[in-house]
Amino acid sequence: MYERKIAKAFDEPGCATNREKSDKARKQGCSAKALTPGAAAGGCAFDGAKIALQPITDAAHLVHGPIACEGNSWDSRNTGSSGPSLYRSGFTTDLSELDIIHGGEKKLYRAIKEIVQRHQPPAVFVYVTCVTALTGDDVEAVCRAATERLGTPIIPVSAPGFAGSKNLGNKLAGHALLDHVIGSIEPETTTPTDINVLGEYNVAGELWQVAPLFARLGIRLLAPITGDARYRQVAGAHRARVNMVVCSQAMVSLARSMQERWGIPFFEGSFYGIGDTSESLRTLARMLVERGAGAELIARTEALITEEEARAWTALAPYRARLKGKRVLLYTGGVKSWSVVSALQETGMTVIGTSVRKSTSEDKQRIKDLMGDDAPMVDQIPAKQMYAMLAGGEADILMSGGRTQFVALKTKTPWLDINQERHHGYAGYDGTIALVRQIDAELSNPIWAQVRSPAPWDCPHPAPLPHAGEERMAGVPSPARAGEGEAHASGRVRAEP
Amino acid sequence: MTPVVPSGKAASMNPLKQSPALGGAMAFLGIERSLPLLHGSQGCTAFALVLMVRHFREAIPLQTTAMSELTTILGGAENVETAIENIVQRANPRLIGICSTALTETRGEDVIADLHAMRERHPDWRGTLDVVFASTPDYGGSLEEGWGKAVTATIDSLVPEGPLVPTLRRVNLLAGSHLTPGDVEELTDLIEEMGLEAIVLPDLSRSLDGHVPDGHVSTSLGGTRLDQIAAMGASAMTLAVGEQMRGAAEALRRRTGVAYRLFDHVTGLAATDAFVAALMEAGGEPGARLKHERSRLVDAMLDGHFPFDGKRVGVAAEPDLLLAVTDLIADMGGTVQAAVSPVTAPALTRAKANRVIIGDLDDLEQSANGCDLLISNSHAREAAERLGVPLYRAGFPVFDRLGGPQRVSVGYRGTRRLIFDLANTLLDHPSAADHTGGVHDIKEEQAHAQAQAG
Repeated sequence: MYERKIAKAFDEPGCATNREKSDKARKQGCSAKALTPGAAAGGCAFDGAKIALQPITDAAHLVHGPIACEGNSWDSRNTGSSGPSLYRSGFTTDLSELDIIHGGEKKLYRAIKEIVQRHQPPAVFVYVTCVTALTGDDVEAVCRAATERLGTPIIPVSAPGFAGSKNLGNKLAGHALLDHVIGSIEPETTTPTDINVLGEYNVAGELWQVAPLFARLGIRLLAPITGDARYRQVAGAHRARVNMVVCSQAMVSLARSMQERWGIPFFEGSFYGIGDTSESLRTLARMLVERGAGAELIARTEALITEEEARAWTALAPYRARLKGKRVLLYTGGVKSWSVVSALQETGMTVIGTSVRKSTSEDKQRIKDLMGDDAPMVDQIPAKQMYAMLAGGEADILMSGGRTQFVALKTKTPWLDINQERHHGYAGYDGTIALVRQIDAELSNPIWAQVRSPAPWDCPHPAPLPHAGEERMAGVPSPARAGEGEAHASGRVRAEP
Repeated sequence: MTPVVPSGKAASMNPLKQSPALGGAMAFLGIERSLPLLHGSQGCTAFALVLMVRHFREAIPLQTTAMSELTTILGGAENVETAIENIVQRANPRLIGICSTALTETRGEDVIADLHAMRERHPDWRGTLDVVFASTPDYGGSLEEGWGKAVTATIDSLVPEGPLVPTLRRVNLLAGSHLTPGDVEELTDLIEEMGLEAIVLPDLSRSLDGHVPDGHVSTSLGGTRLDQIAAMGASAMTLAVGEQMRGAAEALRRRTGVAYRLFDHVTGLAATDAFVAALMEAGGEPGARLKHERSRLVDAMLDGHFPFDGKRVGVAAEPDLLLAVTDLIADMGGTVQAAVSPVTAPALTRAKANRVIIGDLDDLEQSANGCDLLISNSHAREAAERLGVPLYRAGFPVFDRLGGPQRVSVGYRGTRRLIFDLANTLLDHPSAADHTGGVHDIKEEQAHAQAQAG
């Protein structure tokens, strides 16, 4: 049932990885390396579709399936809204055994109707899940009927979990936007500097760290796709002059289709790090001017870049001395595997490994451009191996997502969250300063010396009793003993920050 | 009998329910060197894993059979076998607990038969690996249900049939999912304080209590040992906490003849007294310390009941936890204005509330207007904010506070702690009732009633 849609998603000339494949390999799709039972990690296609669409803040997002799909996952992503909060509510048809036996179409229709009548959203996104795909509920037909009868766009998102990975879900979400949303409403006004930003979900308010830069340049963000977006903005996104793709793999096919259909040129860029932020703004300005914006935009952009870079470097100066030479293990994927590298290198840190599990060949090339041909690119690191690396003191800090957080913490290694559940935004000039400040705060936290100190029963020689009159009982080793304290249980010695 | 009424909505809004498979997996994590495996698409595992990581702040060993569209149609036996082989090779667990999902149950997989054939093909598993299967489709119940089924399946698979020579002074404790790892430890201590020994199943108090192991562990960090499970038939008595454990207690009685006592919970003076009385029947003796603790709880009730006077509370939780919380509120003189459970259960008719709604957190929000306090999981924080009332976090998941799994609210000591915590929350947020001497504004109340009727 989903084969046709998925095949379409796999045939992506805009994707570098895809271009390099043979015809046969291309047909097998992005998950050619089939998921291994008992050794797989990561989200499903439904998860990916939800990540990509849920940031549309004024829409309702309804999951048509049994409880696990929404009950176990809602209220977990920290994408910000500057207004509506309906997107934060978890809606699901929570199918019962009887619903599955008799089919869930009627319940789905009633659920849509309830939501439209009670919340009057501009649109409802309806997500197909494995079970409703398996039982064959015709979600598209229900959505068509509901759109007609209720007068509200009801958008089917056909990305059931078992179709594939999170990344495929991102793509299928893009298809849903193309098929049903983008181009369905004309924006009230347009300007020669209208842009869309694709693949930026405003996690921890990152869009808000960049949007003021656009405003200062006189660039109008017509539609964020989809961070802090309103439905009408996305529906009118086809009138933008330029598309910027932020999360390279996921949304590139949407950008390419928009180029074909509406002639909007696109580029891939990043807002992580000072250099990349400047480069993205520069490219935006150049492309907008090529498409008819006033030429003075370029000079304005250069002036802003000069001013912001100077400000950022001044703010970073005190940290550079403290962080120089600190070793970072970067365990993320895709665009962040290189974009964060440049941010870290700017402060003199050493990246001892960057994971390229989800990166394209272009991502990998960029890593090589930054770190040379012998760049320490690593694939998936099994937890056991990562534990050994960190326990062996190979890195001063692990930057990763929540899943590997406790591998780091159990080895008493500093850790920083850089995935979608995080609470600090790291985009743009201000975000880069915030990132460096967070790394510094984490590395210089006083707990590390304490938690690595041996228990009294593991001390090689017992601590001498305090001399008469010298009561130092707070448990903090005296400066004289701190040197000994550094040789801790695992036998390694660390330089204190 | 308290009426139990369905909310009647087609669209659940802000779900209170988690999937039974998640509950099953969590129960298996209370067995030593175990690794749970969800039989479904990889998303089923990813969501459950992330949610447990957020709640426990621990790495959670949990794997997936990674069912695709194709294997769902053709059948997943091969995926199950490959998953087990890969898990054995990578993590070498002593027990793999398989939980099915809606996907594989809708297709109608016969995992038990498949496992039987696999064991024939894998003589190497004998004595080194046990595989337990629990049928936990999403459409059948909630987290508690899955937890209960996993424990029942464990007993059915691992406890030998027939009575054993009874070991005097030993009891089984079947712990429900509404008990935190801290609660489980507290009950174990209570049993030991009375001079008895306990086999606890499942035992999260050594696996998900939050500690730093000496090295990397790919399976559960601790929990009930398999030899303890095999010896459950020799205990003098089984104490089951939570209606969700009835099936497990019954299975154990059927297999071994060990009689059981079922408790809804062990929160509150009366509930703890009943638990202690049962332990005395099993030969336990309350020492001076325990007697003193009871006296301290009585004192805490005397000091702590004032803030509860005239207060209205909204509670949303799974059935067993709902009973524990609503009982305590009622015991202390508060009123349960709103009670919401994600699933129906016969025990809910015992809830001390004027009615129980089967629904979600939206139902709690709609019926808790005018409450002084909400008690639910972290998902209810936005509802509490909108209503302008404090939220006391209880149940699963608690991801925006530290120490949720370590909190103790059972036994004399734990109940005292809970009374202090709730009373302090109420004291922090004085309501209209406090200023009018405990009497609600009658006009406001009438207006509210009219608005509801209209």
